[in-house]
Amino acid sequence: MLCGKCSNKAVITLQHGSLCKIHFINYFEEKVFKTINKYQMIERNDHLCIATSGGKDSLTVLYLTKKYLEKYLMHVPLQALAVDEGIENYRERTLVDLKKFCNDHDVKLTIVSFKETFDKTLDEAYPIINKDLSKKPCNICGVWRRYLLNKHAAGLKATKVVTGHNLDDEAQAIMMNIFKANTSLAGRLGPMSREQEQGVFVQRVKPLYFCTDKEVRLYALLKGFQVDFAECPYSTSGYRHHIQEMLNEFEQKYKGTKQGIINSFLALLPLLEQQDKGQMVGKCKNCGEPANKETCNACVMAQQVSV
Amino acid sequence: MVIVRNEKKNRTEEISFSGTVQELLHRLAINPETVLVVRNNEVLVEDETISKDDVIEILSVISGG
Repeated sequence: MLCGKCSNKAVITLQHGSLCKIHFINYFEEKVFKTINKYQMIERNDHLCIATSGGKDSLTVLYLTKKYLEKYLMHVPLQALAVDEGIENYRERTLVDLKKFCNDHDVKLTIVSFKETFDKTLDEAYPIINKDLSKKPCNICGVWRRYLLNKHAAGLKATKVVTGHNLDDEAQAIMMNIFKANTSLAGRLGPMSREQEQGVFVQRVKPLYFCTDKEVRLYALLKGFQVDFAECPYSTSGYRHHIQEMLNEFEQKYKGTKQGIINSFLALLPLLEQQDKGQMVGKCKNCGEPANKETCNACVMAQQVSV
Repeated sequence: MVIVRNEKKNRTEEISFSGTVQELLHRLAINPETVLVVRNNEVLVEDETISKDDVIEILSVISGG
């Protein structure tokens, strides 16, 4: 199959046609830059913190955010932040790729860990927390990661946290919230976190919001980013994994399913935000980080492992 | 024989096969939405033909986290 824009060999078939390497790279970069511009994700007075892991999404969003700043001559400080959860035979591998990438692209990298903050790696904490609070590893990891990213991004004086969440991640999160009737949580999704969360959360922005897993991996491959596949040993035990498989099966049979979910969600988002209006996020009495109750979930779990 | 290296399973196998990328993925029970198929550092789209003696890499597009 040939590229729809020239006679070169195609590397991907999209809904609107096939593209060769050069035209795909142009298409992908334009899509990311348009997303940043449409939602005004980056402003000249920002200080950016890129949430990184060393996987395809975070390396791509780091590279393209830097490229965006250079293209638009924006002298915005940018640095990378990574969380080491302490998952044996997993995170240490992606952090090797991340350190090399940041070094090659002259980006300052800060790595923080569960172990140094909570005195336990995820591997050590999971059996304790699961026994007492019946939490799955992905629940613990999600809560502690969000906590550390927000806390350290604020500590680094960041005005925005740029994340590598892509269209697949978002479509999965939307469906998870629908299946569990979490309309309040659903209202917190979208390309950018809401204004009313500012002051407690550093605002989060998602430049890869309209890019699929497949597009991001292809871009990373064509750009020569070192991304080895490393699978979290806990990933297949989570609810998200089942939703992911379901959506990929649907996408194969009915092209455009994931984009349809995103488009429908964006049309409904103002209503979800309206419903949630006035419900301000409070602060944890223990650590001062964002919390819906008196004590945040991160502290509750931390107290559990310190007993 | 076609040599197929599956990145996600970290496994290489030799299979007797000739046909398109789409047919290969169907035979291996892999959803095309979840992978990229590469031959000699070139990404193949689904209608491309795989011949005997080809060395094929199947890369997962899904992050492992």
